[in-house]
Amino acid sequence: MSEAKAETATTKTAPRAKIRAPRINDESRPFWEATTRGELLVKHCTACGENHYFPRTFCPFCFSDATEWLKCSGRGTIYTYSVTRRGEPYAIAYVTLEEGPTMLTNLIDCDFDKLAIGQAVKVKFVDTGEGSALPFFVPG
Amino acid sequence: MSIKGKAYIAGIYEHPLREGTGKTVPQLHAEVAKGALEDAGLDKNDIDAYYCAGDVPGMGGINQAEYMGLKLRQIDSTETGGSSYVLHVRHAAQAIAAGHCKVALITLAGRPRADAKENYSVRPGGGAPADYGFEAPFRPSIVNMYAMVAMRHMHEFGTTSAQLAWVKVAASHHAQHNPHALLRDVVTVEDVLNSPVVSDPLHRLDCCVMTDGGGAIIMVAPEIAKSLKRPRIRVLGAGEAPKHLNGGKVDLTYSGAIWSGADAFAEAGVKPGDIKYASIYDSFTITVVETLEDLGFCAKGKGGPFVADGNLISGVGKLPFNTDGGGLCNNHPSDRGGITKVIEAVRQVRGEAHPKVQVPNCDLVLAHGTGGLLGSRMGSATVIMDREDA
Repeated sequence: MSEAKAETATTKTAPRAKIRAPRINDESRPFWEATTRGELLVKHCTACGENHYFPRTFCPFCFSDATEWLKCSGRGTIYTYSVTRRGEPYAIAYVTLEEGPTMLTNLIDCDFDKLAIGQAVKVKFVDTGEGSALPFFVPG
Repeated sequence: MSIKGKAYIAGIYEHPLREGTGKTVPQLHAEVAKGALEDAGLDKNDIDAYYCAGDVPGMGGINQAEYMGLKLRQIDSTETGGSSYVLHVRHAAQAIAAGHCKVALITLAGRPRADAKENYSVRPGGGAPADYGFEAPFRPSIVNMYAMVAMRHMHEFGTTSAQLAWVKVAASHHAQHNPHALLRDVVTVEDVLNSPVVSDPLHRLDCCVMTDGGGAIIMVAPEIAKSLKRPRIRVLGAGEAPKHLNGGKVDLTYSGAIWSGADAFAEAGVKPGDIKYASIYDSFTITVVETLEDLGFCAKGKGGPFVADGNLISGVGKLPFNTDGGGLCNNHPSDRGGITKVIEAVRQVRGEAHPKVQVPNCDLVLAHGTGGLLGSRMGSATVIMDREDA
């Protein structure tokens, strides 16, 4: 879908983000359905207690299938990032969540020249218009 | 080496489902793996080798290894259609007999019936890997997935753009002597720093060239090598190791070379300090800096100072590298530079490199390859060679 359409479908402040709807399958559907409610989920293993991301049926640490969805605070810190300068600039990043796992994302609504590793960020969902919302992050 | 009596089948599992609606292909692979482990009485973490074929989604089994949280010393995705899994039994037995692994997992899974019902297109690659939906929306590119590694390396260790630039400078000093190199001009640190930023903090001259072409290698048995008139180059040791995002416990300060290198050095019985020449995969300057640390040529975090001031230039520094000009200046055919790394290392140990860059008494060499993305999931392979008749 076009960027313009995505922006009208979501927030009043236009995020500097290109909207690419995720490919969803049966295993990832609960995660993406939650994003439309403004919730960020990771998987929690009730056997070993570890949280993991990207979410899967089996815990990648102990291989138990006793995993359950865990709603996150949406807060984290920048582990690393890079601003791609060719074409319309955008910032890709790994953000380490308060709950432990580190996830790939984009940093939006921010001054790209003032980003720093270790900076506190919080999730901001942007509707894709296709039954999902992308978990981007903004400073704060 | 015969594999007779040297490997055994300990566990088997046939999936009871005949229609996989509601399950993904990676999930099905994990389910059959869990079943066979339970049959054998083994734990997932006992597995150190993984064999699969074209039915597994992703890059040659690495994505599936990531899904299952496997830490591997051996991976093989040889694709020979329906016979693949018989062939894998043989490969696994060979590897076990050679001592390269102890517990090998072989999986086959798919859902053609469910795919047909749900109007999924049937893809030979087994569909998108499980990580795809969680990453593609955020526009990872080859450059920014290496740039994020450089950014973290700078943050943790104080590595500078000028230090990274020295890798390109050294490559250009070598490329000037290679008539086939795409870029033959010697460049300075300032030239690199003044080239446009592609993705922070990597500049255009931190990136390898794009070229067509390729290369080939012939390997032979000892008795054939002895019958030929060419120098006898022995493989002394080798290692391989995929690395991935480990369930979200992300650490980009090291690569798979930390494992593949350790295995190669142990098998060869030599130390990094013994190596006279090294071919180091140079997709980007940061790739070289991090790999040199992981192979043990310098301490972790000291790759920046190690490569500075011409230390990688033949005749100048302590560790001559990529004397053909490498991927940064010479050649990166079809976006894959592994074969040229082995070729230049063989030239050096034969004494057949360009006289301006030939390392004197070059009797022990190393070649290292890096595949995929240093910032997410990657393959690492290391080989150490010497000359038998030296």
